[in-house]
Amino acid sequence: MSEPLLELNDVSVSFDGFYALTDLSLKLYKGELKSIIGPNGAGKTTFLDVITGKVRPTKGTVSFKGKSLLGVSEQKISRGGIGRKFQTPRVFENLTVLRNLELSASPVKNAISLLGSGLPQSSKDEVHRIMNYVGLTPFATVKAGSLSHGQKQWLAIASLVAQAPEVLLLDEPVAGLTDEETLRTAELIKSLAGDHTVVVIEHDMEFIRDLGFDVTVLHQGQVLTEGPLEKVKSDPRVIEVYLGPPEQ
Amino acid sequence: MKLFQRLVPWILLAIALFILPAALDDFRLNLFGRYFALSITALAIDLIWGYTGLLSLGQGIFFALGGYAVAMNLMLNTKSLAGGNGIPKFFENYGVAQLPFFWQPFWSPVFTLIAIWVIPAVVAGVVGWLIFRNRIKGVYFSIITQAALMVFFHFFNGQQKLFDGTNGLKTSTTELFGQLVGSPDMQVWFYRLTVLLLPLAFLVCRYFTSGRFGDALIAIRDDESRLRFAGFNPVPFKTIVFLVAGALCGISGALYTVQTGIVSPQYMSISFSIEMVIWVAVGGRGTLVGPIIGATLVNYLRSLVSEALPEAWLFVQGALFIFVVVLMPDGIYGWITKGGFRTFLAAFGIAKKSNTYPQLDKEAIPVD
Repeated sequence: MSEPLLELNDVSVSFDGFYALTDLSLKLYKGELKSIIGPNGAGKTTFLDVITGKVRPTKGTVSFKGKSLLGVSEQKISRGGIGRKFQTPRVFENLTVLRNLELSASPVKNAISLLGSGLPQSSKDEVHRIMNYVGLTPFATVKAGSLSHGQKQWLAIASLVAQAPEVLLLDEPVAGLTDEETLRTAELIKSLAGDHTVVVIEHDMEFIRDLGFDVTVLHQGQVLTEGPLEKVKSDPRVIEVYLGPPEQ
Repeated sequence: MKLFQRLVPWILLAIALFILPAALDDFRLNLFGRYFALSITALAIDLIWGYTGLLSLGQGIFFALGGYAVAMNLMLNTKSLAGGNGIPKFFENYGVAQLPFFWQPFWSPVFTLIAIWVIPAVVAGVVGWLIFRNRIKGVYFSIITQAALMVFFHFFNGQQKLFDGTNGLKTSTTELFGQLVGSPDMQVWFYRLTVLLLPLAFLVCRYFTSGRFGDALIAIRDDESRLRFAGFNPVPFKTIVFLVAGALCGISGALYTVQTGIVSPQYMSISFSIEMVIWVAVGGRGTLVGPIIGATLVNYLRSLVSEALPEAWLFVQGALFIFVVVLMPDGIYGWITKGGFRTFLAAFGIAKKSNTYPQLDKEAIPVD
């Protein structure tokens, strides 16, 4: 294969001596779809924090399209094409659903230019398409704060899609969703595949299976194993970290 | 009804411009001029606090800077107040023979008219940028602005040789266009000027809070770091609104100074800057009408209470603040627009429940 799109090399993150990531190396190629699982405290969210510029690694390098992301601000990384949905659905509660999406979709991110210009028609169409897809059109003029948890999750995902990033990082996209919503979210994410590179972090195994992406297991800040879900599930080491050591 | 709503601002403006001057005596009219001048400061605070979530406890700095700018110009250009060497008399008391260099440009009325808002804007812009780029937020921002206020207060209070220190600069005895600034005729003109500038300030705030720039401000208030992940840098947004608010406070301070007849370091006292925040909270933050109602009403109440029971005002103000925070979290205007009396009942748990999505029942789904 060609050059990886996103590359982490020997990345360690230490919080006051506690290592959330230890010498983690991971490559992500263009168009790749990946699920990341791992027990609590495995470093899944820290992994995303490092990529999106929220946390600076103690050691190691992170590069996107061959350029280092170390010390680059969150907004620049985002504009460069890496988008992220947070574990808890973070939406702008006092903006309406439509305004939330329009803000994310805005190709103009500069304060002064934002004062005068409206949203281009192409972005507006895109916003309405996405809003329609996630079924939030009836709630276009409702403030995001009064949506239900599931709707907020969808709005958060929809905002991310509206942002049109090359790499989508989804941190627990189906936490707190009903089975039906989970299924629909899996469809939504699969529909993004092709021109996007997608990383999904989840606990919900059924959802991971629905997605059908290759799975990477993180444990204690390191990659434990990689491969298709069925293979990973039968790996004794994975069973051990999830269920504890086998009884004698 | 729609037509009536559109006419309301014009009706209010007409009342303020024509009916109030006819109905009130000079003293009362002057007081209303002051309330409206303070309303501009309230608008500025609403812009940064109500919309952007930046609770500044130091707006007195910019307010006083505007006041000092206008007072310096008026003092310089009043012959009767000049001492032996042609500069304001108070300098003689401290043995200052030469006008301090930074007073020089204030001979010019044109420079002064610009300085009234540009100097506070520049100070606010620089201070704001330094604070925001270091990602200082929330309570820490409030503390820093208050500390800055104290620095400015002590500087102006201590510098007799530069600003006549704690005495401040008196403008009521100065002259403008050959008339005493404190004269009733001049005061009516200042009142009219204030009444015309207040709607302009309102429009400036509306320009910044409506549209997508305004959405970004609300997004900063709701979840600033989330906005970064959407690709926006919040620093320029915050710096711009803080700068604009500084300019508005400067204009407000200049109008207030000429109508009270004095500018003194008291304008930079901690309590005054906190009072400004209270006006906005009482009126209703996050709306542009609320702060004007709040500033006018609280200060009118203050005049009434102070005339009847001079010692009682602080108690009344404290009670008012607690009352509003507990029972009208959205202020008076928010209370009126969001259900009015029902919110009182809700506070005691006996309100009727509202629909889950009232908007859905009321309006059709927009397709644009």
